[in-house]
Amino acid sequence: MKRQIREAIIEKGLFLAASASIIIVMLIIIFMFAEGIRALNFDFLFGMEWWPSGEKFGIIPTVVSTFIIGLGALGIAIIIGIPCAIFLSEYSRDPIRSIIKSSVEMLVGIPSIVLGFFGLVVLVPLIRYNIGGLGESILAGWIILSIMTLPHIISISEDAMRAVPNSFREGSIALGSTTWQTTKALIIPNAKSGIFASIVLGMGNAIGETMAVLMVIGNPNIPWIPQSILDQVRVLTSTIVIEISYAIWGSMHQYSLFALGIVLFAVVSVLNLISRLIIKEEIRKRW
Amino acid sequence: MSNQTRIETRNLNLRFGSAVVLKNLNMSIKSNFVTAIMGPSGCGKSTLIRTFNRLNDLIPECHIEGEVILNGMNIFDKKVDVVELRKRVGMVFQKPNPFPKSIYDNVAYGPKMHGMAHGKKLDTIVEKSLKDAALWAEVKDRLRDSALSLSGGQQQRLCIARTLSVQPEVILLDEPCSALDPAATAKIESLMVQLKKNYTVIVVTHNMQQAARVSDYTAFLYLGELMEYGEAEQVFKNPSNKLTEDFITGRFG
Repeated sequence: MKRQIREAIIEKGLFLAASASIIIVMLIIIFMFAEGIRALNFDFLFGMEWWPSGEKFGIIPTVVSTFIIGLGALGIAIIIGIPCAIFLSEYSRDPIRSIIKSSVEMLVGIPSIVLGFFGLVVLVPLIRYNIGGLGESILAGWIILSIMTLPHIISISEDAMRAVPNSFREGSIALGSTTWQTTKALIIPNAKSGIFASIVLGMGNAIGETMAVLMVIGNPNIPWIPQSILDQVRVLTSTIVIEISYAIWGSMHQYSLFALGIVLFAVVSVLNLISRLIIKEEIRKRW
Repeated sequence: MSNQTRIETRNLNLRFGSAVVLKNLNMSIKSNFVTAIMGPSGCGKSTLIRTFNRLNDLIPECHIEGEVILNGMNIFDKKVDVVELRKRVGMVFQKPNPFPKSIYDNVAYGPKMHGMAHGKKLDTIVEKSLKDAALWAEVKDRLRDSALSLSGGQQQRLCIARTLSVQPEVILLDEPCSALDPAATAKIESLMVQLKKNYTVIVVTHNMQQAARVSDYTAFLYLGELMEYGEAEQVFKNPSNKLTEDFITGRFG
């Protein structure tokens, strides 16, 4: 009897701890909507101008800049990451493989502020003196963000490729195919949803990233739609960080910043959900 | 039937790291016969046939000494193009491994890869390969279906058709029936006997009844050594080695 009571108490206690995550997520969503919903209107979502002192809160330039930064970084990460994943999965053997793998894992461990600092003191001057502009630019954002996205793309697509059964590789090699022919005809087609999931997840990471990007993209006072990759821009995350400290408590400005948070949250959640669904589908159809 | 040697091993030694798998093997395999290599699990029989198409190359710590002569040429020679070698020496695996593609695309995979054919000519190759693998009648109306929808025995015959599609000289079969039921096994066995008309067939099996049913020449491998090798009748009726006799009479293996 005593044992049963104790067991019941333990179970309830564990359930309580498990519920914490639900409660926290709910609280954050409720809080964000309570604060932000007042600013979520047509002028906010489709306005071309963001000018707090003029009471103008249009997010289009910021959203466009965010996607330019995110997609560009993703593009660089794909160009480097997918070939790297193919090399790791199909071409490399130990010790080369484990050396590359552990350095990819180390890349994940670099705090974003450190990466941002590196961008600011190394990359930004490099761009300023060799390419032009102020240095703090879309290009710098792309490079720093792609470094942050790269390890996720590499490790998820590599996992997807390694999950393709070895019997397919042997069957193909035994027919006289080269490794590249096998990769092209069998490995990539069978790993493509995993590779795609890694890209979508990478996009989510790139859009939600704050600190490193903030330090290298310049953040002009007025958000605008950039004309060149050497232009300075503002993204959703950097706008919130920069302006929240001087937004007047209870003003439309503050509500608008929360509304930016809602937009950011929605975009990143949808991207994460898509990649989660793809990975789930992938596991379901596993051989 | 000609009586020429297709493959000959000369003092073949193979080890994985420090584990010796094949010891000083000398055997010559005749063209247009079925040669069975039997022996208990772990005796090195699969490793031996994987040497013939250099599939062991994929294993980093594999070291090979000696020679394997295919049509007068040492396959380990630097001049040998391993892609060309694997085209000439096809292989069917223990577990049927059709690609997750259509039946047609499975058979067309090799010819396409080697740029051998396309269009109508490719159709002809696919049809001929499936006919030679005794599968055509069963799949001719569903060539676009997934190969994974076939039964295990059909999948294995599809893998044989896939091997035939690149017109090899030698076909290696690595315990091709171990994952199949008796009816499917019987089909594959009769197929092996048919195939020897045009190909040199080498089959690895731990099932000595199967070796007795299909082979013209039989080898018995034990712990990496060739204990017995000769005409099947001779090996089964009058083995020269005590171990072979024990294996055949089912005392171990």
